[in-house]
Amino acid sequence: MKVFLLHADRDFEVAPELRDDVFEALHNPNRFALLNVKRNRTEAEPDAITRDLELETLWNAMAAGDEFVYETVKRATLSSLADADAIVYRQQVLADCLEHPQAVADLYALALEALEASRKVGGFWHNDRPDTILYRAVQILTLHVDVLQRVRALADEHAAGFRSPGFTRFFAMLQEELSDDYLATIEDHLRELEFKHGLLESAALAPGNRGTGYVVRRQRERRWTERLPFADKPPSHSFTIPPRDEGGFRALEELRGRGLNHVANAVAQSADHVSSFFSMLRLELAFYLGCVNLHARLEPTCFPEPVDGALSAEELYDPGLALHLETPPVGNDLAADGRELIIVTGANQGGKSTLLRALGVAQLMLQSGMFVAARSFRAGIATGVFTHYKREEDASLRAGKLDEELQRMSEIADQIRPGALLLCNESFAATNEREGSEIARQVVRAMLDRDIRVVFVTHMYDLARSFDGTALYLRADRDRSFRLREAEPLRTSYGADAYRRVFEGREVA
Amino acid sequence: MPFQSILFEGGDDADDTGPPDHFADLHLDRIQAELTQGRERYRLEPFFQTPLHEVGAVRYRHEVLRDLEDDAVRAAITRFAKAMDTIRERLAFAAKLHHPLQRRAWFLEAAITYCAAVPELAAGLQPKSQGLSGLRDYVAEYAAAEPFSTLAGEAAAVKAALAGVRYAILIQGSRVTVSHYQDEPDYGAEVIAAFDKFKQGAVTSYLAKLPEFAEIDHVEGQVLDRVAKLHPSEFDALHAFAETHEPFVDPVIARFDREVQFYLAYRELMERIPLPFCYPRVSARSKEIAATGTFDLALATRVPDVVTNDLHLAGPERMFVVTGPNNGGKTTFARTFGQLHHLAGLGLPVPGRDARLFLPDRIYTHFEREEELATLRGKFEDELVRVHDILEHATARSVIVMNESFSSTSLHDALFVGSEVLRRILDLDALGVYVTFVDELASLSEATVSMVSQIEPDNPAERTFKVVRKPADGLAYAWAIAEKHGLTYERLRERIAA
Repeated sequence: MKVFLLHADRDFEVAPELRDDVFEALHNPNRFALLNVKRNRTEAEPDAITRDLELETLWNAMAAGDEFVYETVKRATLSSLADADAIVYRQQVLADCLEHPQAVADLYALALEALEASRKVGGFWHNDRPDTILYRAVQILTLHVDVLQRVRALADEHAAGFRSPGFTRFFAMLQEELSDDYLATIEDHLRELEFKHGLLESAALAPGNRGTGYVVRRQRERRWTERLPFADKPPSHSFTIPPRDEGGFRALEELRGRGLNHVANAVAQSADHVSSFFSMLRLELAFYLGCVNLHARLEPTCFPEPVDGALSAEELYDPGLALHLETPPVGNDLAADGRELIIVTGANQGGKSTLLRALGVAQLMLQSGMFVAARSFRAGIATGVFTHYKREEDASLRAGKLDEELQRMSEIADQIRPGALLLCNESFAATNEREGSEIARQVVRAMLDRDIRVVFVTHMYDLARSFDGTALYLRADRDRSFRLREAEPLRTSYGADAYRRVFEGREVA
Repeated sequence: MPFQSILFEGGDDADDTGPPDHFADLHLDRIQAELTQGRERYRLEPFFQTPLHEVGAVRYRHEVLRDLEDDAVRAAITRFAKAMDTIRERLAFAAKLHHPLQRRAWFLEAAITYCAAVPELAAGLQPKSQGLSGLRDYVAEYAAAEPFSTLAGEAAAVKAALAGVRYAILIQGSRVTVSHYQDEPDYGAEVIAAFDKFKQGAVTSYLAKLPEFAEIDHVEGQVLDRVAKLHPSEFDALHAFAETHEPFVDPVIARFDREVQFYLAYRELMERIPLPFCYPRVSARSKEIAATGTFDLALATRVPDVVTNDLHLAGPERMFVVTGPNNGGKTTFARTFGQLHHLAGLGLPVPGRDARLFLPDRIYTHFEREEELATLRGKFEDELVRVHDILEHATARSVIVMNESFSSTSLHDALFVGSEVLRRILDLDALGVYVTFVDELASLSEATVSMVSQIEPDNPAERTFKVVRKPADGLAYAWAIAEKHGLTYERLRERIAA
């Protein structure tokens, strides 16, 4: 039984670096697992993209206070889908969720109830004996079968209203796999596994004269002739464990375990499978719940179109800024289909960084199958999104700063592949302009040669002009509109304005 | 002469008096640790600490090592070594067991392993070397004769009988009944089939771990007693076997099993290092030594790409005098030289594409040490005493490696004492390396060869170092920052395409 609401053909898959202990805890049926993991770890510095695109704001809005949702949406947004079909698959499931939020919430609650019930029975421990494992597994399965029946009832009620291939498959699977007949057979076996008439095992001798090949056998009914007092019985030898021989009883339990081992394993794995079904259901729905939460707080939004080579938008805005301000954000229109290099220049505080962030976040949201913060948006699918921002806090270490920037770019070079999107915000401004622009030129040329789309925010006029004919130029002007226009770089620096404004308190016309 | 040892043609024993003085200075202890790791049971240390002094003894080992280059030969020996491990484990285990039926059964298993391994060893070897040919003939003869053939026949018969035993156990509360198995249907399979659909994709196994080699407990012991009662003839035969055949391992074969590990251990070390090794031509007379593409073996076990060096001494040349920037590989070069001679003396291949080496009577080292509190003399004087001691014992057949001696004193003193000591070594006609910060020592006489450590200009990040033959000069180097990060246009293009 597979949930498959995030991918058409597999469980929730995340980027390798996100397959950490938290990700593991998200799969753990025990709701305290995530808490324990998070308590025992010191939160690492957020990575560059999280910090540069201010993704935590986005995740917090999606989570609405739920840690589990937070960790799930974080992993989903940082694990880009690589093809258009996969993106559309999620968009359709998400559209169903936005249309039926209550049914989705109910399904989520059932998953939580099943997981909570099995948590109370207790898990299996590494050194548990087969007897114990079998006993607990039977209990858990009994509880799960009950919830599964209610999940199916919910499916029967709502199936007609859901249109996405994801939900359609999900509901059909429940009806097919969980027939009443099958559940009845399972319940019969659960009763028989108590072995009220004793446990019969066959065995052979392994090297060293230890018993081996233990197999649980069905006891044969003895024929009436065999029950006669003087009947010719097959030879047998018995012994009894004395009542106080605790070691003996443990050994006997182990002997039972040798036969029951595979049986207990099969039943426990079944309990596990059903638990993991509920875990996956909770995990995958958590992503959609996060999307529903976010959707309620952003306007306008749209489902973006993945189109090779495209990069165009109407009223594209930074959702992080919109969430902070709680006011209608300033959107930018952009027409950069087929353009590999965009150079953004112009006034400080003119909206350059905001646009860069809006683009990066939109690309990630597109590739996690979400809606985006824009009236319309279409873009190519990137093999990865990378950010290279200047780091303000290192200002005191002037000498090491360029080295640090180069080091970070070198780390990007280790990972970036053709088809990626690279967002640079005032990169290599840590040295003088001549050196900085020469280094940047070399880097940008190499990236373009390797089919990497670059959006570069810079004050370096010389750098910007060296891509005449290649670059799409956007410019932020002093009109405080925060809207960027297609316009060539200007040699004058707006930094002087900002300086006067701040230091001399003069507003510049 | 009948075969005795795969390491010593005459059957000598290794020197077991502990590591020689130069061992730690040359990092031979680290190489030894690499070699012996995982092979502690063979106690290979004495072999690694006993150099040979005759060319013939070295040749005996080279021949064996060339045979071991053949995968088939090596595979046969490795299989045999595994079998011998198994035999030792089983006998040791049998000795610890309480239940007599189990003790005898493990003794039987050990004997069966031995009976299979011995003929297989003889059959798997097609050697050319004197050493392995001797062994093969010895083993073949042994396997064809008594008492081995009787041992093998009886072991197989007893084992086959026991393997045919089947029985059934009925557990009802505290009562256990053992009887013959009568084809009752498999209920476990039925349950597993029913739950199969529910456990798809399962990754966690809940199979309890029930160790194969553990001793049986008293309940299993009582079951076993009753199984023996149901099958008396099988168990009587086992008893008779154990009574007649203890012990069974031949001492010459056991010695081979230990000694051959010395070669295998070194070969494995060589395979882990992606640089060439060669069989050195060794001489107890000629001091015209040479090596190309050689390196510090201890360093190569830790660092993936060590820099290799070439070195040679011709005509009257006897000493390498190494100068150059610090951290430039001087000490590594000195160690390499010492290691080359120790390894050549063990009859082993040495690091490098090609090598011609001298078989010394002894290797002496003097490496700068942290000041020892126990000595009341100052560091400089202490060094003088140690060097004096070396010069008292060294001969024209010795190898002497001096590393940064007298560096704790002034340049003037270091030049004076260094010249004096170096002259004495040259007077002895010994071979060696002298690492110093005093450039002048490099051109002391026609017997000294100046070597200078270089910093690798293309790869500044790595501390891997080249030492080349050229006059002492003391130059240092620097490099461009973008180049260092591999972010020039050309480099970056390459990196992203890769």
